Amino acid sequence: MNVNDIIKPENLVYSKTSLMNDRELSYCPGCGHGTANRLVHEVIEEMGIGGETIGVAPVGCAVMLYEFSNLDFVQAAHGRATAVATGLKRVMPDKFVFSYQGDGDLAAIGTGETLHTCNRGENITIIFINNGIYGMTGGQMAPTTLVGMKTSTSPYGRDEKWMGSPIDMTKLVSMLPGTYYVTRQAVHTPSAVRKAKKAIQKAFEVQKNKLGLSFVEIVSNCNSGWKMSPVKANQWMEENMLPYYPLGDLKVDGKLITK
Amino acid sequence: MTEEIIIAGFGGQGVLSMGKILAYSGIMQDMEVSWMPSYGPEMRGGTANVTVILSDKEISSPVLTRFDTAIILNQQSLDKFEQSVKPGGILLYDNNGISVKPSRTDIKIHVVEATAEAARMGSPKVFNMMVLGAYLKLRPIVTVDNVIAGLKKSLPARHHHLLDENKAALIRGMEIVA
Amino acid sequence: MSEIRLMKGNEAIAEAAIRAGCDAYFGYPITPQSEVMEYLMAERPEKRTGMIVLQAESEVAAINMVFGAAAAGKRVMTSSSSPGISLKLEGISYIAGADLPCVILNVARGGPGLGTIQPAQSDYFQAVKGGGHGDYHMLVLAPASVQEMADHMPLAFDLAFKYRTPVMILSDGVIGQTMEKVKLFDQMPRSTEVPQWAVCGNAGRKNRIITSLDLDPVKKEQQNLALQAKYQQMRENEVRYEKYLCDDADYLMVAYGASARIAKKSIEYAREKGIKVGLLRPITLFPFPSAVIAELAKKMKGILSVEMSAGQMVEDVLLATRQTPQVPVKHFGRYGGVVHSPEEIFEAFLKHFNLG
Repeated sequence: MNVNDIIKPENLVYSKTSLMNDRELSYCPGCGHGTANRLVHEVIEEMGIGGETIGVAPVGCAVMLYEFSNLDFVQAAHGRATAVATGLKRVMPDKFVFSYQGDGDLAAIGTGETLHTCNRGENITIIFINNGIYGMTGGQMAPTTLVGMKTSTSPYGRDEKWMGSPIDMTKLVSMLPGTYYVTRQAVHTPSAVRKAKKAIQKAFEVQKNKLGLSFVEIVSNCNSGWKMSPVKANQWMEENMLPYYPLGDLKVDGKLITK
Repeated sequence: MTEEIIIAGFGGQGVLSMGKILAYSGIMQDMEVSWMPSYGPEMRGGTANVTVILSDKEISSPVLTRFDTAIILNQQSLDKFEQSVKPGGILLYDNNGISVKPSRTDIKIHVVEATAEAARMGSPKVFNMMVLGAYLKLRPIVTVDNVIAGLKKSLPARHHHLLDENKAALIRGMEIVA
Repeated sequence: MSEIRLMKGNEAIAEAAIRAGCDAYFGYPITPQSEVMEYLMAERPEKRTGMIVLQAESEVAAINMVFGAAAAGKRVMTSSSSPGISLKLEGISYIAGADLPCVILNVARGGPGLGTIQPAQSDYFQAVKGGGHGDYHMLVLAPASVQEMADHMPLAFDLAFKYRTPVMILSDGVIGQTMEKVKLFDQMPRSTEVPQWAVCGNAGRKNRIITSLDLDPVKKEQQNLALQAKYQQMRENEVRYEKYLCDDADYLMVAYGASARIAKKSIEYAREKGIKVGLLRPITLFPFPSAVIAELAKKMKGILSVEMSAGQMVEDVLLATRQTPQVPVKHFGRYGGVVHSPEEIFEAFLKHFNLG
């Protein structure tokens, strides 16, 4: 049996979503962005809403997201993705609008837009990739950088007294009456990927049913910025990021989950 | 005919609305009009003034420093605008609270005791209509009917029951101007 | 049938926005233009025409909401005053860079910094030279009356869509706050057409990307050249101005917006004294009426540029008149929130040209 005997439609167990094109992803090998990009596009494809969806790309590593996507896209200024998404959704309330933003974009320069978009309960979906660092600009400290974590602008580790504590945006937005579904997921293991996909699907279902704003954080790695191998980065993430940013739903059906 | 007017007094005395009624009356009479308020902190209790221009031709500048008529409702405004009246022009003031009277001899100075008279009539709010009446007696640039039509246009319908009272005040102002 | 009303400039432009078929307004309050959003909110345009009005959390958010709605191909606008426009400049640069249409109203006030809430024309450079980062222009209209505040609204949208460009209506506190008689045009329908470039979901076609980014400098330069070609088209086709008493004039004043109105009064004074002064009022500040000023300059003894600034537009008047260096070009203006009077302009005119 040679390889061509295996490559047959009936043997197909997985294929790439048709909503992404064949361009090579520009993310570093081992980065969680690629998986997160795929999950979002798979969900949109499976829901059959690709023709009615507009994505908003931010500034940061995900700035080139539209290069890999077959969806309509708008590229927003740094931090302004949810304001742009608000403009799109308000004039096209029946279309699907999502933003895809990193921690620098959503939790530093765009904090105001993020909080107020959530507070207004815009009927959009926000995908928030939190890897605790500025990846695109070369590994500077992010608002979500853990205490003690070394980055190029906190070379001796983040000093809480001097630089403040890491901000938990997901918890913060879950407190706002405008958010309907708030969850924190990861994409570093097969089971985490399956859960993250379900969460993203739920988020778009919320939008479909016009129930309000859905917010999905994906805790991710940045092996280049963290200066670790991909495997080591994932381990480090489990041991250090997840205790501070625990996975799971924070708000479902507009109600806070109390643990 | 072009009439360039400054109306000035305390915020809350109805300075801006008097100007607005005059501007509306001008529109009723097919004139060109301009109404330019001082704005800002004045809106919150200080002094307020508005420049009103009525003309039968296109109005050039809404901003003026010299006026055919000054309608003055407090001492600060009298001090500020007495010198701005063109020679031969009119200075009309309500003497309530005025301690230093105007002194120019090259303009026509008139007094209307509107605050006192409106209080006597039991409707202090219409004192500015009385002042407007006094002005129209001196410079009949718009008719009483057009003022009332203008007032009707500028007031929300729920206040239209006040029209008669305002008309009475307007006519009383014409009678008491000195 | 057109309707005559007494309105403030700020109210007239808000009413005109509804009537011009504007799809959405996003704004943030700031004196002296807050009446724009107040008027819109009171009018319930969502019931009249379906127009969306939303108060944003900041000027920055407002212009980016405009960006999003413009990307959807809608007729969309924002309004602010000087400090707020400074905040919007990043977004305006993105909108220009992404070839999107929108209308931005600046009811200018004195600066710099928080400045004052009183009228000024000191945002001229910011409006006509770009303002934000990168090589771009807005098409800039300068209404000089409440009537023009209303009439420039549909014009601004038409030009914005014709060139896929941000159009600025540069007004000031005088025009915004003054009430005048205004003849309102009839309600126009909101457009149902989706432009060829708009993003609204890719059903039945290839996907579209609205972006101002290209990491390849050669491609970015090409995009810049296309922008420049667009600005050249505007220079050739969209220059608008008013000539007032220019035919027999020996001297020329150049002024826009409120200053043009005030200058007209000072020209009345000059003519009473037998001095023949005319006025050239730019209605578009970009493109600037350079050619007509150059032509008029040939027969003038002097030109006075009048603006409520320390001297910004005068630079464009100087550029326009470089073929006639023998004709002196002077500037006069009060600024920082002080509005010059007709008398002051007249006195400055006499002094500058030794006529006093």
